[in-house]
Amino acid sequence: MSNHTVPVMADLAAEGKTPEYLFWVGCAGSFDSRYQRVTRAFAKILNSLNIDYAVLGPEETCNGDPAKRAGNEFLFQMQAMQNIELMNMYQVKKIITACPHCFNTIKNEYPSLGGNYEVIHHSTFLQDLINQGKIKIKEGGEFKGKKITFHDSCYLGRANDIYEAPRKVLEALDADLTEMKRCRTKGLCCGGGGAQVFKDAEKGNKEVNQERTEEAVATGAKVLAAACPFCMVMFNDGIKKLNKEEEVQILDIAEILEKDMEK
Amino acid sequence: MIQQILFVLTFGAGFVYFGLQASKIRQAIMLGRPDDRSDRQGERFKQMTLVALGQQKMFKRWIPALFHLFIYVAFIFTQIELIEIVIDGVSGSHRFFRPILGGFYTFIISLIEVLSVLAFVGTLIFLARRNLLKIPRFVKDEMNGWPKLDGNIILYLEIALIVFIFTMNGADEVLYNAGHSHATGIAAGASGSYDFAISQFVGPAIFGGVQDYHTLEVIERVGWWGHLLTVLAFLVYLPISKHFHILLAFPNVFFSNVGLVPKGKAENLSQVTEEMKAILDPSYQPVENEDDPKRFGARDVTDLSWKSLMDAYTCTECGRCTSVCPANLTGKKLSPRKVVMDVRDRLEEIQKYKLKPNEEGEFVPANGVEGAEEVAGHYLLGEHHITEEELRACTTCNACVESCPVNINHLDIILPLRQYLVMEESSMPEEWGIMFNNVENNGAPWAMPAADRFKWAEEMGEE
Repeated sequence: MSNHTVPVMADLAAEGKTPEYLFWVGCAGSFDSRYQRVTRAFAKILNSLNIDYAVLGPEETCNGDPAKRAGNEFLFQMQAMQNIELMNMYQVKKIITACPHCFNTIKNEYPSLGGNYEVIHHSTFLQDLINQGKIKIKEGGEFKGKKITFHDSCYLGRANDIYEAPRKVLEALDADLTEMKRCRTKGLCCGGGGAQVFKDAEKGNKEVNQERTEEAVATGAKVLAAACPFCMVMFNDGIKKLNKEEEVQILDIAEILEKDMEK
Repeated sequence: MIQQILFVLTFGAGFVYFGLQASKIRQAIMLGRPDDRSDRQGERFKQMTLVALGQQKMFKRWIPALFHLFIYVAFIFTQIELIEIVIDGVSGSHRFFRPILGGFYTFIISLIEVLSVLAFVGTLIFLARRNLLKIPRFVKDEMNGWPKLDGNIILYLEIALIVFIFTMNGADEVLYNAGHSHATGIAAGASGSYDFAISQFVGPAIFGGVQDYHTLEVIERVGWWGHLLTVLAFLVYLPISKHFHILLAFPNVFFSNVGLVPKGKAENLSQVTEEMKAILDPSYQPVENEDDPKRFGARDVTDLSWKSLMDAYTCTECGRCTSVCPANLTGKKLSPRKVVMDVRDRLEEIQKYKLKPNEEGEFVPANGVEGAEEVAGHYLLGEHHITEEELRACTTCNACVESCPVNINHLDIILPLRQYLVMEESSMPEEWGIMFNNVENNGAPWAMPAADRFKWAEEMGEE
């Protein structure tokens, strides 16, 4: 298999194969041009380590989170049931995803609708690979000693109590990890959750993403690390308004790791 | 003897009144939907021990937590003295426990006195935080009027309790010094000191100049009765106050799923699941559950779980939730504390106007209650309580839930109200309507063709 090929579930099924992991890409990972780069970075990591995985490809559809949080339970359950039927048909057991919203919904809300899987967020998955020594960090990497601040996605942190895994990934790079005052359980939302990213904010005196981007920039970090596509959308918007795109990079932990790992 | 009769009558009346008020609150909570929380008893008990008894979540902010702890521990230990007051009040004894406990009695009362001084300091600091420093979370819009007064009344009552207890012990000390103690087990005319940590000094310092021991006896009785009557006032006041949390915090944390279930998990609506199954498989016979809500989502308090209604009566209006809410911090109308307070306001309004729910869960006014007709139409969702604008601003980030010291789940109120708006009233921002259409037609929240979903892989070799 070429390092640039992404295995698809339907193809493997045709050959009678069931991969160990399903890589659930999510809508942002599939369509958002910025987040596609994260998807590719993560797929490259999977490929370089010969992980036995596949994606659903064109068969994947929205997990239903934005519909559910907005209050459209019908649409959510319709999406969920379609996805569960498909994944059960492929006998999916383990799912990895880079999106905390997909992660939360599939892990917590699919079981009562008949979808029981082991769902792993990519931060946890990458941390495990580093711990097992399967991912090695190269000498003199781009991020070594670089000041990085990590933003906790609400759906990873408070929603599912995953605070350390993404930080461990960054620590492995020997980066200079600096925290914002509001971090971990006290982390401030990017403003995008609860289907907010799909609509204009209500009237107020400031945008939430602006408040949070300013907080991140104030740490003096050169990289704002995220682990969620919605957070990334919100921060890209926030950093543009601050005219700091040149000074602060906004990257997903998978992109950062992919650049600094031995391949 | 007259004192004993008076005591039994006042004490009994206080408790009966409290019982009636508490049962009204119980009835209000029972207006909520059934929601089985009888699972995982062991974990729930542990959680209650840590969060309610141990105040674990209070200590995320250690300054208020410390002073709150003083008041809390003083309150708990003072119950021992209160039990003695009750025994003395009924039997006519004086310091009933003293001969029984001996030196330990001196220790216990001394401990209560030291804690009372700490609680006194805590109370003054809390009054300052509310009225002088005006800590932002105490002066938000929803705190105007009654909530602000309520917060202060409780603190004034606490000061009264402490002042009376020192009046009682202090005057008693001076009486004993002068050989006029009435305490059980002390021989007539014997003089000495109770050796209580604070009052042995404070008593003579304040009342030492009073020569007439009859006057001192009156002062001691004023302290004793004053303390007792303040306790009863407290008891009668509790059910109409946010201070009810001192009782409800325990069951509220016990029955809470916060900490037991991932906070990101929102329950799936079973009646929707049944309909969906019937759509996907026409031969499927939907199971109708009597406990299912009468509508999709929530419009009024009857559509919420009883647990959310208990949350509302447990809320102590501390505002930690609102102070961490991203929407509120950026000037939006949403305040999670107001959402919880609105649920309680609505329940109190329902009881005040004697509204009763009919089979559809709609409130109908009782005959002859003035204004009831109008209030019946005030639903929880709407301009009188929680508005659409507030609900729309929520990012479901769970910061409010995380911050609540008594494990209130604000999202269990916000999400059902959003569901009602979308599913029953088709009321939503235009962009959400577009997003729903996209998900339904393209399988993605954006207007992207499903066939392009795998295009990202085409550039795998290019970066």
